[in-house]
Amino acid sequence: MPLSTQSQADDEQYVLVASLDNARNLSNILKAITFKDHAIFNATPNGLKVTVEDSKCLQANAFIQAEIFQEFTIKEDLVGFQVNLTVLLDCLNIFGGSSVPGVSTALRMCYGGYGFPLTLFLEEGGVVTVCKINTQEPDEPIDFEFCSTNVTNKVILQSESLKEPFSELDMTSEVLQITMSPSQPYFRLSTFGNSGNAHYDYPKDSDMMELFQCTKTQTNRYKMSLLKPSTKALALSCKVSVRTDSRGFLSLQYLVRNDDGQICFVEYYCCPDEEVE
Amino acid sequence: MDCVVTGGNVKVLAKAIHSLSRIGDELYVEPQEDGLPLRSVNSSRSAYACFLFAPLFFSRYTITSEEAFRCKIAIKSVQAVFRSLASLEKTVEKCHIELDRKKNRITFTLYCKHGLLKTHNLSFQDSESLQAVFDKDSYANVFRAQPRLLVDTVVHFPPSLEEVTVAVSDDRMWFRNHVDDEAELSKAMLTELCLASDEFDHFAVRAHSSVTFCLKELRGLLVFAESTGLPISMYFDEPGSPVVLSVTDSVLEGNFVLATLSDDPNHRKNNTRRAHTPPPPPPDDFMNDDIDSYLIAMDTSMAPGPSATGPPTPPLAEPTYSKQPVAASHRTRIHSEEEEEEEEDEPADSDGPPNKKFCSLFFGSVLPPSSQMSTQPVKSQVVLASDSEDDTQAE
Repeated sequence: MPLSTQSQADDEQYVLVASLDNARNLSNILKAITFKDHAIFNATPNGLKVTVEDSKCLQANAFIQAEIFQEFTIKEDLVGFQVNLTVLLDCLNIFGGSSVPGVSTALRMCYGGYGFPLTLFLEEGGVVTVCKINTQEPDEPIDFEFCSTNVTNKVILQSESLKEPFSELDMTSEVLQITMSPSQPYFRLSTFGNSGNAHYDYPKDSDMMELFQCTKTQTNRYKMSLLKPSTKALALSCKVSVRTDSRGFLSLQYLVRNDDGQICFVEYYCCPDEEVE
Repeated sequence: MDCVVTGGNVKVLAKAIHSLSRIGDELYVEPQEDGLPLRSVNSSRSAYACFLFAPLFFSRYTITSEEAFRCKIAIKSVQAVFRSLASLEKTVEKCHIELDRKKNRITFTLYCKHGLLKTHNLSFQDSESLQAVFDKDSYANVFRAQPRLLVDTVVHFPPSLEEVTVAVSDDRMWFRNHVDDEAELSKAMLTELCLASDEFDHFAVRAHSSVTFCLKELRGLLVFAESTGLPISMYFDEPGSPVVLSVTDSVLEGNFVLATLSDDPNHRKNNTRRAHTPPPPPPDDFMNDDIDSYLIAMDTSMAPGPSATGPPTPPLAEPTYSKQPVAASHRTRIHSEEEEEEEEDEPADSDGPPNKKFCSLFFGSVLPPSSQMSTQPVKSQVVLASDSEDDTQAE
């Protein structure tokens, strides 16, 4: 493979080297969080975390563990940088992105450290492309202070049952209201649009409901424009966990299986629009 | 009103609504003891469609015995309830429709697989009654065909084609695209298909005629018929008189009534008997594509004489009626209250803006006959909205 002919000496200069036989294992999951141009990359020996934020109210994170990569070498405890995510995705798909079975783009992603560009070596069918993307100093991702001990309500649903309602959501509604309760209606998504309102109710004993742990009735509203992008993550996922804490903050965690059946996670955090009890 | 639709009928209902959305922007609902009619009309009132669902279509159908209720809802809102038609069959087990008059809303509740419940509360507006009056039995030409035949015919015309002309002889039917006389002849393309009578389930011609109507609106019915497999019946006679297309089965009836371009107004027909075979219409003379207003044959005699009004005003603005007694004898079949029409005597060579608009129609409001006598201002009744035709003195 041409990429491996890179001399070992070159690698000395990089603080982070990550290789994938199939670049789609990275690009697909990044598509699930591409609603803004810029993304913060944070790499640790555990793997890669990519963060995208919107108006300080929404944060999406994609986690790709080190085990997913064919090679993952990191010289520091934490390597962080910021790049234009749209450009990165364009590069990852530079060979067209069509999924012909058996043919995939191989990726070798290298980062020299502060001030260096992110270098991508992409190969498909013997053709090698080198992309260098400028990096910026990473912003500090917001800490939503969402911790498990503060979680009041949690459900885990099979994504299948949420996909259709999410794609059908009335976009004339400014908010998406989520009601979680130990009693009826258990788990409800509501919209309030121009022509009226709509409610999607999931009973706690539905066979799509894998886990139902609701301790108190909570109703929170979130801006539709902030949550709508999560539909992409939902589409890729097989399961989703929905949690709210005592402040009404929302955590959506999606379990995504990549092309090779490996598991990655995407999570969304969202601030409530207003408190409605 | 409180009713429940189950199983495959949910998809039929959804398809009917989608079909109606091809006609107009609003869905008129008027639950009655003998069934639930869902209607729509286009803005120029030149196309009307109605799907009547018999009580047996529903697994439960109850209406309150209060006075007749009618309302209209934005059709897009109802379509939103039945999005993703493809998966409706697989996911929706039943649909409950309930009317809440106090809150002015209709609630659609879809009971789906896995216990998922989708509830849509749609607000409605009070509306006037909407009902076209037509008598299928009195049409000269009656046809019935499998939807496949018409779908396969119509597919040959580009989606952008507005109007199609259908002509019949004793044993053949032609479909031809209607070319605007203003179209550049060098760019105009004429497509014509001929269907033999044996391709139809029923082919009865009593008048050789050719009618031109809007194809787009017809497509809405075709989609519905094709998916339900119901044969389509077609009724028409002379140009100017609407064409009626319908699908029927034991629990539902769908009727699409489309206005047709009328002939040269100089071609007078003074007989009222529909059964008479009118003389064959002149070959399509695009220069004479003037559209007569529909006349209202009224039981009562209204304001005298041809109207001396200048530019036509929309009926809603006029409290009185103008009628021409001779003209009143036209089209006895089509009657309505509180409409005003004029027979127009356009010069043959129509200069000025072409009157390509279809006349609007033939609606009746369903008031009891006594109100026909009144010359009350048209309030919330459905009336013919006359188009902005050049107004010349009627006969």
